[in-house]
Amino acid sequence: MIEPNAAHAPSPMATAEVTSGRNRRASWILYWRRLKRRPATLIATIIFVGFFGLAVIGPLVAPYGYADMDMKSLLKAPSLAHLFGTDEYGRDVLSRVFVGTRNIFLLSGSGTLMAVVIGTTIGLLSGYVGGRWDEVVMRLLDVLLAFPALLLAMVLLSSVGPSNLNLVLVVTVLYIPIVARVARSMALDLRTKEFVEAARLRGERRRYVLFHEILPNAMSPLMVEASIRFSFSIFLVASLGFLGLGVQPPSADWGLQVNEARDFISVAPWTLLFPAAAIAILVIATNLMTDGLRQVLASGLDTE
Amino acid sequence: MTEPVLEVEGLSIVYQTEVGTLPAVRDVSFAIAPHESFGLVGESGSGKSTLAMGAIRSLATNGRVTAGSVRLNGVDLLSVSKKELRRLWGAKIGVVYQSPLSALNPSITVGKQLAEVGELHLEMNRAEARQRAIEMLTRVAMPDPEAVMLRYPHQLSGGMLQRCVIAMSLTTNPALLILDEPTTALDVTTQAVVLDLIADLKREFDSAILYITHDLGVVTRICDTVAVMYAGETMERASLRDLFKQPLHPYTLSLLGCIPRFDPSPEKRFLATIPGTFPHLDDLPSGCVFSPRCEFVEEACRTAHPPLVEGTDGHLTGCRRWQMVSLLAEKLRGASAALPPFTTPPGDEVLAAAHDVKTYFSSYRGLIRRRRAEVKAVDDVSVDVRSGQTLGVVGESGSGKTTLIRTIAGLTPATAGVISMRGLQLASTTGKRTRDQLKDIQMVFQNPDASLNPRQSVGDAVSRPLVLLCGLSKSEARVRAQQLLAAVNLPESYDERLPEDLSGGEKQRVAIARAFAAAPGIILCDEPISSLDVSVQGALMNLLMELQREQGTSYIFISHDLSAVQHLSDWIAVVYLGRVAELGTAARVLRPPFHPYTEALLSAVPVADPDVQQRAVRLRGSVPSAMDVPSGCRFHTRCPRFLGDICAQEEPPQRENAFDHWLACHIELQELARLQEQTLMLTREAD
Repeated sequence: MIEPNAAHAPSPMATAEVTSGRNRRASWILYWRRLKRRPATLIATIIFVGFFGLAVIGPLVAPYGYADMDMKSLLKAPSLAHLFGTDEYGRDVLSRVFVGTRNIFLLSGSGTLMAVVIGTTIGLLSGYVGGRWDEVVMRLLDVLLAFPALLLAMVLLSSVGPSNLNLVLVVTVLYIPIVARVARSMALDLRTKEFVEAARLRGERRRYVLFHEILPNAMSPLMVEASIRFSFSIFLVASLGFLGLGVQPPSADWGLQVNEARDFISVAPWTLLFPAAAIAILVIATNLMTDGLRQVLASGLDTE
Repeated sequence: MTEPVLEVEGLSIVYQTEVGTLPAVRDVSFAIAPHESFGLVGESGSGKSTLAMGAIRSLATNGRVTAGSVRLNGVDLLSVSKKELRRLWGAKIGVVYQSPLSALNPSITVGKQLAEVGELHLEMNRAEARQRAIEMLTRVAMPDPEAVMLRYPHQLSGGMLQRCVIAMSLTTNPALLILDEPTTALDVTTQAVVLDLIADLKREFDSAILYITHDLGVVTRICDTVAVMYAGETMERASLRDLFKQPLHPYTLSLLGCIPRFDPSPEKRFLATIPGTFPHLDDLPSGCVFSPRCEFVEEACRTAHPPLVEGTDGHLTGCRRWQMVSLLAEKLRGASAALPPFTTPPGDEVLAAAHDVKTYFSSYRGLIRRRRAEVKAVDDVSVDVRSGQTLGVVGESGSGKTTLIRTIAGLTPATAGVISMRGLQLASTTGKRTRDQLKDIQMVFQNPDASLNPRQSVGDAVSRPLVLLCGLSKSEARVRAQQLLAAVNLPESYDERLPEDLSGGEKQRVAIARAFAAAPGIILCDEPISSLDVSVQGALMNLLMELQREQGTSYIFISHDLSAVQHLSDWIAVVYLGRVAELGTAARVLRPPFHPYTEALLSAVPVADPDVQQRAVRLRGSVPSAMDVPSGCRFHTRCPRFLGDICAQEEPPQRENAFDHWLACHIELQELARLQEQTLMLTREAD
């Protein structure tokens, strides 16, 4: 038993190599400095945050109701009254894009979140436990991965019927295997690390090892994966909306808007242009942000 | 005096980083004559590699030479054109790096890579270049060079690869050969062979050698002149003998004191240590860089930067008070403090024991997993650990020492055999052991960077075993963790820190505190100091010994470093290929009769004393695969005292030398003792 009492005075011969431990510069200053050197990341982050803000307050700042029809101004070109013009029912395109932002964030976001939570749990467990269980789980997930994503989503949605809940569930099911693979590879790597062995040596329960020793160290690759999944699910939700299997009219949804605008592309291109641009910009911004932040938040010195 | 090959004057090098400009090397000068080998010695971060790479303009992209000049055979290297520089690199400079595997291209045969040098830099045709390559391999004593030419790097062992790289770098007969820690990645027995080779080549080739190492023992085997580096500056430069016999700088003196010496006397002492830590390059002390850690420091040292002055003849020192150092050196050398007495004297009863333990790993071949090959990592090993004592386990890599202690810990299940603790048999995996059994066995791991959870604060890491195994509440554990940190000499403020804010030595201290937290009966140490700097190693060995005396804890300490093992251990087990070759008290194992393997290990350890004459017992090749264990005596394929068929066919008997010492060999003990006595390993001129 170490009996460290007040009288314990470290002997001078053993006190060597005690440092004052220099405090490293606050990491957020470092992060900011790195961010400044990557303008693309900075701009992408601002755009992403902008869209997110729109998702929160969109319906409040939208000049018109998203479903308010104005039969006197159908397919009007952009003007001061309707900055993005109007669609075939005289609805304000700007307002619909604004409100659609919330939809896309809610649907893609909750789908991604569920996929990350469930996928991470399955992957960590599978990788840490290993053996036959790992084999069975991973082969099952491989089966899911073998189908083209959009095709599988269409099959699932057309059998259960399109609804917002089903849409979220489909995104979840599609992305669980991908997230699980990332989590599994992290668990495989980390379980042989000595701090995990030290935990086994003191008889920690499996749950503690998984969620206190392994998960915190797998967080950064998982966060990166989560944001990649998010940008892909924006695509997916928009595509399904376009195909009529996603959000149903008269809700405001970018994919749906593009679909409806198809017929009027020659007479009123703005009805198509603005929602399509919104999809593209949000996806590109999310990707660029993810890519850059991975480097900005990396530990260690950056010698560039 | 002849014209020097390499002349470096006032060289300063900086690295451009996010945190600013770091002055990695400041105002360093030296010269190397033909045939001379010049040693650059220093701990990690001392700037020794940066200096060498800066001198030949081969720095990383963020490194820059800010001042000084470098002349190679009179040519100013710092001002020649890029094109000319490339020619010089190829024709005049050879470099051998630490890792031979990454120095060679894995997808091209060794022969092609060797011949390429001749074709490119000596303008030979293909046949000539091939001939030259074979000749070079022969000169580095490579067995069967023609066959080696056709092999790929992964088919050769580390020692053979390093020989290939040395052969490659000598192909052009370069004026300057830079060896950057060429033996650090090798086993001690292989290191001895490669060092012999370098010493031989030194005589054969005209090249001036710049030898970079952290190991003071290695230096004595190779170098004529040595410069000691610290935080980017030269502390001292002198001939090998002068430096070791009459150091004129406190840093050199302290470094020499940190190394455990072979000393079979049972009375253990502390090793000398250097207080404080290595300075950060962006926050260097004013005045003398070593002053904050110096025993000889006085006020003037802290204010004015001391120049390099000539102390005795040709002996340069960067210390203002070198006369004091030279006067007091002898006194300080023997002055390490005695260890405190045991609180409870160690008993003779066996605390932990492994009996006939076998740990095999099965590897499956093919898709259907039919054929199995067995790796016999530990094959029939029995060892006892007595309470309050240390069992040292030595052997080359691949000898199964780590597997043995992992088996005892329950991290790797035993295939057969019994592991017992306090007389009770233990289950073979941690999951099946009781809380009290788990509490009794803890481990300190080799790699300080992986042994602590990077996302867990130091305080959490140390208090967790207290909560889990001792049933303390979180706040009680917290208080206790602080006391444990104090016991391993870390300040209380450390409990909030994350591992990334700690140095390697500090991380190992936390790992030691964590191992001691639940007051185990035994702690298994898996090479806990091997990745650390010399001075840090000394401090950690002191800590381990001090805690043992206070707590009465037993250790199993494994290492490939025989000098560390002999310093810490009461008992030593020498293992080879999964089996114990020799076992006994430290004093007995270190005296003849030795097992021939022990003899080879002892003679391979580089001793940091130019006066020690070691008999060269060298082993051929490397440890055979544990999948295909040699018949008879496992060691017979490499044994320097190989008798004949009996060794290859029959298992050697266990010969009892005394009740506390046995070894397994076909040679009679008296005969072994006679053979080994004739050429006693360590003969000191002075004694």
